[in-house]
Amino acid sequence: MTDSTKSGFYEEIGSQQTFLDANELVLNMGPQHPSTHGVLRVILRLDGEKVLGTECVIGYLHRGVEKIAENRTYTMFNPYVDRMDYVAAVSNGLGYCLAVEKLLNIEAPPRAAYIRVILTELNRIASHQLWLGTHALDIGAMTPLFYTFRDREEILKIFEKYCGARLTTHSFRIGGTQYETYEGFEQDVNNFVKFVGPKIGEYEELLTTNRIWVERTRNVGVLGGKDCIDLGVTGPVLRASGVKWDLRKAQPYSMYEKFDFEIPTGENGDTFDRYIVRIAEIRQALRIIDQAVNSIPAGPIMAKVPKVMKPPVGEAYVSIEAPKGELGYFIVSDGSTQPYRVRVRPPSFVNLQALDKMVRGSLVADVVAVIGTLDIVLGEVDR
Amino acid sequence: MLDYVTGYLSSTVTPGQAGNWLWALVYILIIFGGVSGIVIVMNWGERKALAHMQVRLGPMRVGPHGLMQPIADAIKLLTKEDIMPSEADKPIFWMAPVWVVMIAFSVFIVVPFGPTHAVTDMNIGILFMLGVSSLGVLGIVMAGWASNSHFPLMGALRSSAQMVSYEVAMGLAVVSAVVMTGLRGAGPYGVGDGAASGTLSMIGIVQAQQQQHVWFIFKFFPVGLVAFFIFAVAMIAETNRAPFDLPEAESELVAGFHTEYSGLRWSLFMLGEYAAMVAVSSIAITLWLGGWLRPFPSIHGPAINIPFFWEHPELGVVDFVFSFAPAMVLFILAFFAFFNAARMPKHPLLKIQTLGLYAFGLVLGGVGLVLLAPPVRDRVQDIFWFVFKIACFMYMYIWYRATWPRYRFDQLMKVGWKFLLPLGLAVLLVTGFMGLSPEILAWLKGVR
Repeated sequence: MTDSTKSGFYEEIGSQQTFLDANELVLNMGPQHPSTHGVLRVILRLDGEKVLGTECVIGYLHRGVEKIAENRTYTMFNPYVDRMDYVAAVSNGLGYCLAVEKLLNIEAPPRAAYIRVILTELNRIASHQLWLGTHALDIGAMTPLFYTFRDREEILKIFEKYCGARLTTHSFRIGGTQYETYEGFEQDVNNFVKFVGPKIGEYEELLTTNRIWVERTRNVGVLGGKDCIDLGVTGPVLRASGVKWDLRKAQPYSMYEKFDFEIPTGENGDTFDRYIVRIAEIRQALRIIDQAVNSIPAGPIMAKVPKVMKPPVGEAYVSIEAPKGELGYFIVSDGSTQPYRVRVRPPSFVNLQALDKMVRGSLVADVVAVIGTLDIVLGEVDR
Repeated sequence: MLDYVTGYLSSTVTPGQAGNWLWALVYILIIFGGVSGIVIVMNWGERKALAHMQVRLGPMRVGPHGLMQPIADAIKLLTKEDIMPSEADKPIFWMAPVWVVMIAFSVFIVVPFGPTHAVTDMNIGILFMLGVSSLGVLGIVMAGWASNSHFPLMGALRSSAQMVSYEVAMGLAVVSAVVMTGLRGAGPYGVGDGAASGTLSMIGIVQAQQQQHVWFIFKFFPVGLVAFFIFAVAMIAETNRAPFDLPEAESELVAGFHTEYSGLRWSLFMLGEYAAMVAVSSIAITLWLGGWLRPFPSIHGPAINIPFFWEHPELGVVDFVFSFAPAMVLFILAFFAFFNAARMPKHPLLKIQTLGLYAFGLVLGGVGLVLLAPPVRDRVQDIFWFVFKIACFMYMYIWYRATWPRYRFDQLMKVGWKFLLPLGLAVLLVTGFMGLSPEILAWLKGVR
């Protein structure tokens, strides 16, 4: 993923000849393209419709989030993380808060942890729904998009009632949560769990047994378990390749150890398996929400946090299972009110590395399907 | 001169055959207006139907329930800047949309929407239709080439490959239907008592279905159905509609062959595409669904005679009941318009829209009343059933688009060559055997 002009990419093309002495076609997909999910630019080397190689050019949405962190206090930086993966802003906030809490050596009270779990899992569902809608649209099925947006709206309504924002929620604070749950929160969440269960069946009805959908996704963008680990791919993409790795189970945070849920895995590591895994993950998230909302403990929602946060000199790395994979925050403190360095390990950025391996030798239509199945958010890739 | 004009009205052949150039011109204008009208209605109907399938409302602002949306769109497209890329091959770029529209409309010369209602009836009508409609691909290739850009080029290449491969299967299905016109057959539904004479003429094919007392979709059941299925699949591929809309695959090729087009030129492509949809639908209707014939065309029932209202001694009570269908459909539409107007929110800002919807309902109801008048009622039967069948096909097109994802290029080719083509050959063979079976049986008896 380097600058295309430096890698000798264009020079390489001139010398290569293919069948019938036809030259390769270099196609610029993006940064303005309907299905590169934002401003991703993919340079495709094509032989007719066949993809010979790809090169990702990123950085069109770079805002210097990590650098901004060095000039903000720990509290002030909290809203910025929502703007990275804006589809799953709650997860970003959770990771950051957990990392700073680790630096400060404090822990959120149980009630706050439960609220965090409920909101994060709701956000996971919202993220997966948005992914499903756009992925299906990329493959040509229009209708699932509107179904998923209809149901995602219910989640956003709960967010709005809880903290006033729908997308970039900034719902968590270092040491707990800012807001107590509103009147009727439990009722709303319970209603949502009851409401969305059958709706997932509707999505599946449109896609899972659809012959064209299966043909378009089976054996497309196959990624083996070992390749996933070599490339650092995490999240549903890794699990669809048969690797049972979920940070919520592997190194539980925010009281995830108290909830009973399964890690759905696939077998082939193709686009269809990734779809199935994510659908199953929505169902598991509903299970977690159901358990959490019905056993939410009473108590404070904020730990004792100093007014001026000056974490001791040191460093902390906390990673959580965001909807797209392992979201890690590495924060170095020099003892002042501002972090010395913040490094984010965004799942989208790392997962995007697998694109070339997945699409080499396939067709143009598969590139679109694979970009969709990787579930990247360019705000997070470029930061 | 007056005789020349009125004399044709009692004619039993099409104006083209009668050599009546004035009426041929009138028919051309009727077809041009009618197809454009269908395209306009389809513009609105597709958005609304698609929107309702996708839990949204569709156009709601321009006129009541967005009824004026097509007009607003037309004005927008006409007044838009017409951009031509500086690197484009200008004459070809200019010609491509014109070509597409021209071809799409030429097909309608032989489409019969009544026993005498066609511009002309060629004895090779179906061949003419297949030949002309396959020229449409040339316009797409021209557009893709002249744009001088990668996405349109790939769209054009996909389109040409797709159309060429699906035409083969389509042709086989059509041949199977043409063979049926000449076979009296032994299938459970295929025995007719009328004469069976092979014909390629579009009107002749429908008349064959009338004489054999069977729509070809039911003939030699299920052979006709399979042939119709092949044609139905191939025709979606021919018109580049979902799930075979690869040439303009939005998520892959931005807008495919018309990426570089804008304004009026772009709208010509759209007009051509929708006209082509109507054209292939009318081929399918003519070949398998009895053309202008109403459902159960051979059941007449006991004869009745009501002075002024029904003076057709040769027709029966079933014909009498069916003759009210056009008016009834318009009354139902008018009822929906009134129903929705009554449901409109009572807000001063929506007053004009509500009144407009009432007026629209009144217009529909008025047309329905006119259709009840006996002289009109007798003459619109053919046209009504033909348009009704086209409307069903258009709805299916929308339904497919809302339901299915897009095929990939290689899968599309696989479906065309490895599934539809062998199936088409098999259907053709089986049709032949079914048709021959009485003769074969007779021959076997003779041998014995």
